[in-house]
Amino acid sequence: MRCGTLTYHLLFLLLLSALVAVPAAAQDETGNSCIDCHTDLDGKLAAPAMTMTEDVHYRRGLFCQDCHGGNPERGFAEGDPELAHSRRYDWRGAPKAIDIPEFCTRCHANVNYMKQYNPSLRVDQLLEYRSSRHGELLAEGDENVAQCVSCHGVHGILSVSDSRSPVHRANIPATCGACHADKALMKPYSLPTDQLAKYSSSVHGVLLLERGDAAAPACNDCHGNHGATPPGLNSIANACGECHALNRDLFNKSPHKKAFAEMELGECTTCHGHHDVTKTGDFMIGTGDKSICIDCHEDGEAGFEAAGAMKAQLDSLKNILASAEELLERAEQGGVDVESGRFDLQQARNVLIKARGAIHSFDPESFTKVTETGITEAGIVMEIGEAALHDLWLRQVGLAITIPLILLVALALYWKIRRIESPKH
Amino acid sequence: MIAFETEKSSAAAWLNERLGFDKLAELVRHKQVPQHRHSLWYYLGGMTLFLFIIQIITGILLLLYYRPTAEAAFESVAFIASQVPFGWLIRSIHSWSANLMIFFLFVHMFSVFFMKGYRRPREVTWISGAFLLFLSLGFGFSGYLLPWNSLAYFATQVGTDILGQIPLIGEFLLKVARGGEDVTGATLTRFFGIHVAVLPMVTTFVLGLHLALVQKHGMSVPMSVEKSGRPIKHMPFIPNFALRDAVGWTLALGLLVLLASVFPWELGQKADSLASAPAGIRPEWFFLFSFQTLKYIPGKIWFINGELLGIAGFGVGALALVLVPFLDRRAQRNEVGRLVSAVGVVVLIYMIVFTFLGYFA
Repeated sequence: MRCGTLTYHLLFLLLLSALVAVPAAAQDETGNSCIDCHTDLDGKLAAPAMTMTEDVHYRRGLFCQDCHGGNPERGFAEGDPELAHSRRYDWRGAPKAIDIPEFCTRCHANVNYMKQYNPSLRVDQLLEYRSSRHGELLAEGDENVAQCVSCHGVHGILSVSDSRSPVHRANIPATCGACHADKALMKPYSLPTDQLAKYSSSVHGVLLLERGDAAAPACNDCHGNHGATPPGLNSIANACGECHALNRDLFNKSPHKKAFAEMELGECTTCHGHHDVTKTGDFMIGTGDKSICIDCHEDGEAGFEAAGAMKAQLDSLKNILASAEELLERAEQGGVDVESGRFDLQQARNVLIKARGAIHSFDPESFTKVTETGITEAGIVMEIGEAALHDLWLRQVGLAITIPLILLVALALYWKIRRIESPKH
Repeated sequence: MIAFETEKSSAAAWLNERLGFDKLAELVRHKQVPQHRHSLWYYLGGMTLFLFIIQIITGILLLLYYRPTAEAAFESVAFIASQVPFGWLIRSIHSWSANLMIFFLFVHMFSVFFMKGYRRPREVTWISGAFLLFLSLGFGFSGYLLPWNSLAYFATQVGTDILGQIPLIGEFLLKVARGGEDVTGATLTRFFGIHVAVLPMVTTFVLGLHLALVQKHGMSVPMSVEKSGRPIKHMPFIPNFALRDAVGWTLALGLLVLLASVFPWELGQKADSLASAPAGIRPEWFFLFSFQTLKYIPGKIWFINGELLGIAGFGVGALALVLVPFLDRRAQRNEVGRLVSAVGVVVLIYMIVFTFLGYFA
């Protein structure tokens, strides 16, 4: 009886291992074996098989024939690889560069098909691409321009969210730079090749590439991705305004909007730079040596006066904030609780941030309204700080009176002890 | 004037007839305190009592504004420290006085231990003193959480976790202490209840017993002084000893005011159960030696949980402390024995070293 049970167990295990082994064997038997054959080949023909298992399509259940056509089952079953590549089985082979956008968008522009895999994925890439400078040149027959695989890779395409993907946010500058920093490649197009270097040292580049801040813009945030094109002179503010919306709105209402358009100056880039957007500072406003206002406005002009007035207002706000903070720090070091003052100081600091944005109105009157709010709030903090310091002074005076008094009482008690214990007593 | 004196005397006589305080006054008038080269240690008990009285007064004042809920505790302490007139001073004195009280309590206990003041018939005095130490540590532990700041919150979490290590009843004790699985507003409310009602009630009783026994048996004279053969001088409790006490108390008050003014007790950040534990989380200094010991004990010693073994060790230590009068048999026979004193020295050195390690290691 015991022996019978063991036999059943062994049989069960054998059956289980057979079931586990079935998928691999079945795959070989069905001949769906592009990867098997190409792995055994050399060089260029082996390359697709090497990276395919990482491919996002492969991982979602799509195989080689879903893109390239052909019939690997027949080829494998009948021992003739040519059958797998037969045009009878809709063999499309490797597309030419000029055909790749259409090749990929057979699926990627098909709304219903794409919904099966990723309902949120856009399906207008081809339309976008055709509107891009890359798409335009490709349509003209220039096969050197970027198309889908230039950026996404081929046979081993990774999801955008995969940090190894060339189109992952942090890798985009390098991916674009692979062509746009190549002098030989860019020469026929008369394009500069210093964008990557400039971007890498810019405030945006440092944030994204060095600090890993995913909120910082990469190339595609200003130029678009599939529809990549240089923003026009009048649309730069819109590109920057995608993130810096308040500054864009203020600029659009400012007198600079019309003046820049007339002088054909880039809206944001004239003051802040282009790919090399540098860290802003209060030195940029005003009439000082480092001010950028004086690049256009000369002494005696209304703009020069306005720049000076705005700088003076900004400095007033900063000075009163610094004084208020110093008061709070002194009180805090003395042990006085100034938590409510700290809260109000933060509010006033927020006004300073708002004021720095309000510079883009280039209107001293509305700018002053903002700074005055901050100065009023900082004034409240000053009052709290002064009250705290007064409290600290009272504490110190109280301590200076109390301690000698206590010592005096102790001395009196000591004297009393001496007196009652003296032999005369 | 004469009428007033007569009135006063008659009022005093009226009270005396009903309360009989002339007998008490007589007792106090005749109370004598031994005077020798170790007499200085006699003042430490009184100093601890003075600081305890400060605790009661400042604690009652804090109670006027403190609100024992997770939502309002931190804000109410911040309000006391920033808005209530002299609130900062009262709170700071309460915190400093608590720490000084426990410091003096330890010094008092060790001085009595080394002078072998627990000898017959003062065993119960010693035991009641040991319980007063445990009660004070309870005050310290429960009071630490009340401001509901981040450091206290996580320190209480670690502290109460230790309860959960006790076999069989650990989980139950943990839930009772915390009022649930975690340190929450329920924990704060019950710690508050323990701090301001349970512990004061028990302490009042034990302290009353301790003081009554001190009065009954008088001050213990160290064996070395007893055996020297020289006559022991005495000083009247009233006014000589009481005046000396008053000098010490006055200086202690001055020290408290100075510490509270120059180094006001910090409030820190409000407790946030979702935030990560702050760096440098550790209990109050008087628990630091035990905390540090538990950190050094390996996770497993043979097959026993290391932490559990440590806790059991402290339990045995606490029991030994209570039973010192019965463990030191030589002292009970009025014989000089150095073993128990040597153990006391080792324990004292261990406590000091581990406390320092807790701060600086």
